[in-house]
Amino acid sequence: MSPLKISWKSLWSKPLSSALNIMLIAFGTGILTILLLASNQIAQKLDNNSKDIDLVVGAKGSPLQLILSSIYYIDFPTGNIPLKEATALARSPFVKRAVPLALGDNYNGTRIVGTDSNFVGIYKLKVQSGKFWDKDFETTIGSGVAESQKLKIGDTFYGAHGLTGNSDVHKSHKYTVSGILEPQGNVTDNLILTNIASVWKMHDEHEEGEAHEHKDGEAHEHKEAEAHEHKEGESHPKDEHSDEGKELTSLLIQYRSPMSVAMFPRMVNETTNMQAASPAQESTRLFSLIGVGVETLQWFAVLIMLIAAISVFVNLYNSLKERKYDLAIMRTLGASRGKLFLIVIAEGIILTLAGTIIGIVLGHLALQFIGNYQESSQARLSGLIFLKDEIYLFVAGLAIGIFAAIIPAIQAYRSNISRILSKN
Amino acid sequence: MISLKSVSHSYAGQKDIGFSDWQINDGEQWLLLGESGSGKTTLLHILTGILKPKQGEVNINDTSIYGLSSKDLDQFRGRNIGIIFQRPHLIKSLSISENLVLAQSFAKLPTDLKRVNAVLDSLGIENKKNAYPDELSQGQLQRVSIARAVINKPALLIADEPTSSLDDKNAKVVLDLLMQQSGANQATLVVATHDKRVKDAFNNTYELS
Repeated sequence: MSPLKISWKSLWSKPLSSALNIMLIAFGTGILTILLLASNQIAQKLDNNSKDIDLVVGAKGSPLQLILSSIYYIDFPTGNIPLKEATALARSPFVKRAVPLALGDNYNGTRIVGTDSNFVGIYKLKVQSGKFWDKDFETTIGSGVAESQKLKIGDTFYGAHGLTGNSDVHKSHKYTVSGILEPQGNVTDNLILTNIASVWKMHDEHEEGEAHEHKDGEAHEHKEAEAHEHKEGESHPKDEHSDEGKELTSLLIQYRSPMSVAMFPRMVNETTNMQAASPAQESTRLFSLIGVGVETLQWFAVLIMLIAAISVFVNLYNSLKERKYDLAIMRTLGASRGKLFLIVIAEGIILTLAGTIIGIVLGHLALQFIGNYQESSQARLSGLIFLKDEIYLFVAGLAIGIFAAIIPAIQAYRSNISRILSKN
Repeated sequence: MISLKSVSHSYAGQKDIGFSDWQINDGEQWLLLGESGSGKTTLLHILTGILKPKQGEVNINDTSIYGLSSKDLDQFRGRNIGIIFQRPHLIKSLSISENLVLAQSFAKLPTDLKRVNAVLDSLGIENKKNAYPDELSQGQLQRVSIARAVINKPALLIADEPTSSLDDKNAKVVLDLLMQQSGANQATLVVATHDKRVKDAFNNTYELS
């Protein structure tokens, strides 16, 4: 009969206190697992979505908000930028590729993005069926949209004004689905892509009430044309509206060379009325804001693990007092000191490893559960992803088991059996 | 053959207890008599390799047991000495047969379930082999502890006050079982007691003064 089996049997003879210890450790490990998985997945999502985008240029305001709206499609845009100035920037020698974005409408909460073929290039998109948008009001939808909105090629739908809700539907034009994208594993899975002109025209109609001449099918030059109307507390200078030309929401920039990093953002911020924000910088900033909460939870989990370790220690220590005689008897039956040491250590390790495994499984289940109830599909978390780092949780479990059991095990090793036996 | 030569022991701060030399031939049955506090338990522990005496030598079958390393002594004890304590002290988390298998495996002997069943059968408790110690009566537990002591066919069977907490009838039963088991397993028997009731059953007596 191996020491492991003796330890196992001994734990089973005290199911309640064993269960309590396992639960404590499982709880602590579970929280750590959730934190590990969630922060890893969020970081990966942030990276995936901004992989090839060096800079975002948009209206002045919060740089974080600009990044959130133009890269992750979460927050509201900061405002609009004049097309003329955006075009001038796109032609700058620092810029390898510039992707114009015109946001402002949604379909059942899915954002409609007016852009051009550069968007396809920067995200390396491929169509799964159909084709990329070409004519006005043709759209190519992300795989996630096709699934959640049950849209297929040839279907038509109306866009609604704003980023959520469908109270203000643009009834004048309807969009047609002309293609569905391959799943990309990033934010484009949940977007509806169309050309910029479609977004502009949608809003021409929208603002028809305002006095201006409107010639159908023509490139418009009316002053009120806006790709977007949400200003989110931004007070645009009045003269922006009187500027000639159309407007964009933002411009995604890919640099021509690393040298651009030093020059280009400063140039934008100092010489134009727009702001430049770096996705990498803002993601880091965002992460450091979330980081405080994550860190607090981490310490909380570590505290629980510590309490668990003490609880395992007390459990083993107390049971050792009761079992002193049992252990002495084992010695008289021929068990060596080393064997008693192993039996006690094994009890600690079995408890903590069982707790760790249950905790990791619970952590994954909990995250999957959270993911199912998340509203924003852009940042959905999954519990089905396993990380190499989870090995460290096992190692930690093992270490806690040894730490909690080492003192009782040494006592078992050192016990003077003659004295124990003669006391009874 | 078991021999005790010029053995004496003292606990910290107390005066020496000397034990007169003792030679036990194979298969003999001995009574170790002495009042409480006379050093009976001390002598039993010395004889079973649990307590190393200050002076002297203990030989069991030509092995000077205190010349062995701690680990070897543990194994030697497991294979050659069976001990029956005043109270049974079985491992509560293991079933009766597991308790006996435990004794086999601690002595580094192969698991032999036939032997387990045979020993339990000879003590009339084979039907309890899958029960746990909590489910047995005191008398049954005492039998299991005898079974555990003889499972490895030890050369020396030692019982420490096996009858002191039993009534006359049960004391007689236990004593008979001990005699019978030591005979069946060709083990030398030493029974330590202050119980005068068992005196008549033995020819050989070692008396502590």
